[in-house]
Amino acid sequence: MSTLTQHESVLGLFEAAPATFLSLRQLGKESFYAQGMPALKAEEYKFTPLAKKLESGLTDFSPAKPVKISADQVKSAVFTGFEGVVLVFSNGQYLPELSNSTEGLTINLLSEIENTPLGSIAKPDKDPFAALNQATFMDGLHLSIENKKSIESPILLLQFHQAQGGQVISPRIWIEAGDFSKATFIDYHISVDAAPYFVNKVVEIKGGVHANITYHSLQEESNQVIEVSNVVTDIQQDSQFTSTQITLSGDMVRNNLTLNLLGSNSVGNMNGLYLLQGKTHVDNHTNVDHTIPHAESNELYKGILTDQSRGVFNGKIFVRQIAQKTNAFQQNNNILLSEDAIINTKPQLEIWADDVKCSHGCTVGQLDEEALFYLQARGIDKITAKGLLLYAFAGEVLDKIEDDSLRNYIVNQIQNRLGSNF
Amino acid sequence: MSKDNQILEDLNSKEYEHGWSVNFETDEAPLGLNEDIIRWISTKKEEPSWLLEWRLKAFKIWQGMTEPTWANVKYLKMDLQALRYYSAPKQSKKPKNINEVDPELIAIYERLGISLHEQKRLQGIAIDVVLDSVSVATTFKETLGKLGIVFCSFSEAVKEHPELIQKYLGSVIPMTDNYYAALNAAVFSDGSFCYIPKGVRCPMELSTYFRINAANTGQFERTLIVADDSSYVSYLEGCTAPQRDENQLHAAVVEIYAGAHAEVKYSTVQNWFPGDKEGKGGIYNFVTKRGICAGDHSKISWTQVETGSAITWKYPSCILKGDYSIGEFYSVAVTNNYQQADTGTKMIHIGKNTKSRIVSKGISAGKSQNSYRGQVQVMKRAHNARNFSQCDSLLMGNQCGAHTFPYIDIANPSAKVEHEATTSKIGEDQIFYCNQRGIATEDAVALIVNGYAKEVLNQLPMEFAVEAQKLLALTLEGSVG
Repeated sequence: MSTLTQHESVLGLFEAAPATFLSLRQLGKESFYAQGMPALKAEEYKFTPLAKKLESGLTDFSPAKPVKISADQVKSAVFTGFEGVVLVFSNGQYLPELSNSTEGLTINLLSEIENTPLGSIAKPDKDPFAALNQATFMDGLHLSIENKKSIESPILLLQFHQAQGGQVISPRIWIEAGDFSKATFIDYHISVDAAPYFVNKVVEIKGGVHANITYHSLQEESNQVIEVSNVVTDIQQDSQFTSTQITLSGDMVRNNLTLNLLGSNSVGNMNGLYLLQGKTHVDNHTNVDHTIPHAESNELYKGILTDQSRGVFNGKIFVRQIAQKTNAFQQNNNILLSEDAIINTKPQLEIWADDVKCSHGCTVGQLDEEALFYLQARGIDKITAKGLLLYAFAGEVLDKIEDDSLRNYIVNQIQNRLGSNF
Repeated sequence: MSKDNQILEDLNSKEYEHGWSVNFETDEAPLGLNEDIIRWISTKKEEPSWLLEWRLKAFKIWQGMTEPTWANVKYLKMDLQALRYYSAPKQSKKPKNINEVDPELIAIYERLGISLHEQKRLQGIAIDVVLDSVSVATTFKETLGKLGIVFCSFSEAVKEHPELIQKYLGSVIPMTDNYYAALNAAVFSDGSFCYIPKGVRCPMELSTYFRINAANTGQFERTLIVADDSSYVSYLEGCTAPQRDENQLHAAVVEIYAGAHAEVKYSTVQNWFPGDKEGKGGIYNFVTKRGICAGDHSKISWTQVETGSAITWKYPSCILKGDYSIGEFYSVAVTNNYQQADTGTKMIHIGKNTKSRIVSKGISAGKSQNSYRGQVQVMKRAHNARNFSQCDSLLMGNQCGAHTFPYIDIANPSAKVEHEATTSKIGEDQIFYCNQRGIATEDAVALIVNGYAKEVLNQLPMEFAVEAQKLLALTLEGSVG
């Protein structure tokens, strides 16, 4: 048995946890011990041996302290043309001096909130890493949007990460969108340098009646980084939740996205794009729980893999017995560009109601030779032609991003890559 | 709406027609499972020592294994020590041909609609009949023998063709494969063996009919089909069991070996007792079936119609080892009342230019749960592998469930893999369309279900297709005609 599977090395993390929310932390700790690190071959972590990775990739299992971030760093990280609120974080800690706000948005530190709602949506017993975060997070932000308030410009959560010797960063965010409110969040993770670390993020999103929440997550960290992200959302009647998960780099990345549709006529849209090269390993697990009749969910995840990268997709649509008249659609498409790239995909349906329309589709393939030939026959060189086709493939997901600055940024990143080894 | 309810009511109230049993003298092993029982079975069957060693080895491995729990089925665990692992009708001496078989036994099969008299049977099907633990008769042996085809019971094959058995037994499904395969390897009692020599096209369908008669017994048969290079065989399997209150275990193993350019078509209509309306009784059907396309250009095709069993746990698979080999899986799984089925396939692409096709149609009614669980794996060296999978589920009634667990694992960029699945109930617009044209709701449902399953039923050999259609009709009686 390794030290990590016996959880000895996480002790340092537990000891360093601040003396806030003691009962909450205790619960997280107990829940983590009850579940343990996912064993090799455990169904939920079958293709993503995180315990092993953490063991070999981390020399130090202690929390990373916030580092100094300059205004210039913020300026250069914000997308060109971005207009909106910027909230800056260093290793999970909020930096108010570099951040701004807007009308209708209330920003509090989690430690300032009495009767904390943490853990009520991202339940610690559902995932060992959510439990670990609950036991060990330092602090984080509580964001709330007023009822009937529509914030048109996006809110950028700019998360800088930097650690020495593979420390642990545990960001924690609570987002609450009031009834009839509207807001867009962009959760952007960047590495300050190339040193390895482990990010264990939990985001809880609570949507009110008729709320419209968009949550984009952009992961662009160094290729030494191990990341686990748990994003859990509860939405109510007539509300809408849209998410986009873009992963461009990292060593081993695991994203758990859970959407609980709790009110009728609610709509969930979950989109994702992973462009992997080198040895990057990305695992997207999504889970939509249809708990009520007349709700809809749409899911589209696309991936382009090259070099020795590995992609894992597991999409689960769960339709409970009372959730009649459910419409649920799921699609996962992958393109493999190299001999050594691997994809493991499992689009899963669990349907307990009969009056439903559910479908899923999944494809794995390569670029269409005929389309490539068509373009080449018209004088477009092979690399450009390939780039065009791949861009068109990814475009279906990118087109769903409303914010121009974010979309343009990702398009640029993709174009830079397509010229090289993609 | 009331008419729909009526149809569902009818469908739920359907009874199992093969639920009778017959009392006759049997030769039984004592209750329980231990090394002595295995020796007892082996002695009873006058087996050579290598086979006994093989069984004991499997038993040791099995003892170290635990029952799998990953399947999407819920059931009370069976006490394996309370079972009898061998039960055979008492026959004074081994019958040489069909005329010497106990008329009482023949009567059982007549009642099931299976005539053992060659002249009475439709031309073109040779049948091996297995009652509880032993094979009672094999027809058309001589006709087949002239072509060099071996078709006989497993125990006979062990005696007469030990070299073939030793070569192929456990070569596709090793005893270490899983809990039930190991159990089967330790206690298997009989089954069918067939060998098609090089270049021979088997002129008739080969068939095995399994019947569980005795109470408190488990049936553990083992089928081994070997198609040598450039041969062809179509193989059918059918099964029924009496209606009893307690659950019975059926843990079979089927191994198929296909040499270069060989083709094996394996069809099964599974109609074990599914339990009564309250979910009491029924067969636990935990079966391991796997074929290997060992040679280039070989082909294995599985077709299954699953209507019976309380619990089904069955994944007929293909290992596509030879270049240009083809694997196919066609399945209709119908569950009603409290039946639970977790079934699907595995297509393992190893050779270059291999192709596989999966068509799975699930129909759930009553309070049943129907799961498709499949895997398409393309290994690193399997260039130009191609797979198409389609798994559709049809739901009838609001208390049943349909689940899909497809695993797609691709490690070669030239692979083209497509998977699609849908779940829905019969569209009201479809029924309405039929109604408008003067087709009664009941007939419309029949029409739609038949059309839905047609893609798979079309794959069955003619005589079987008729039986399968009848079975579908019976399982969903009142809605399918």
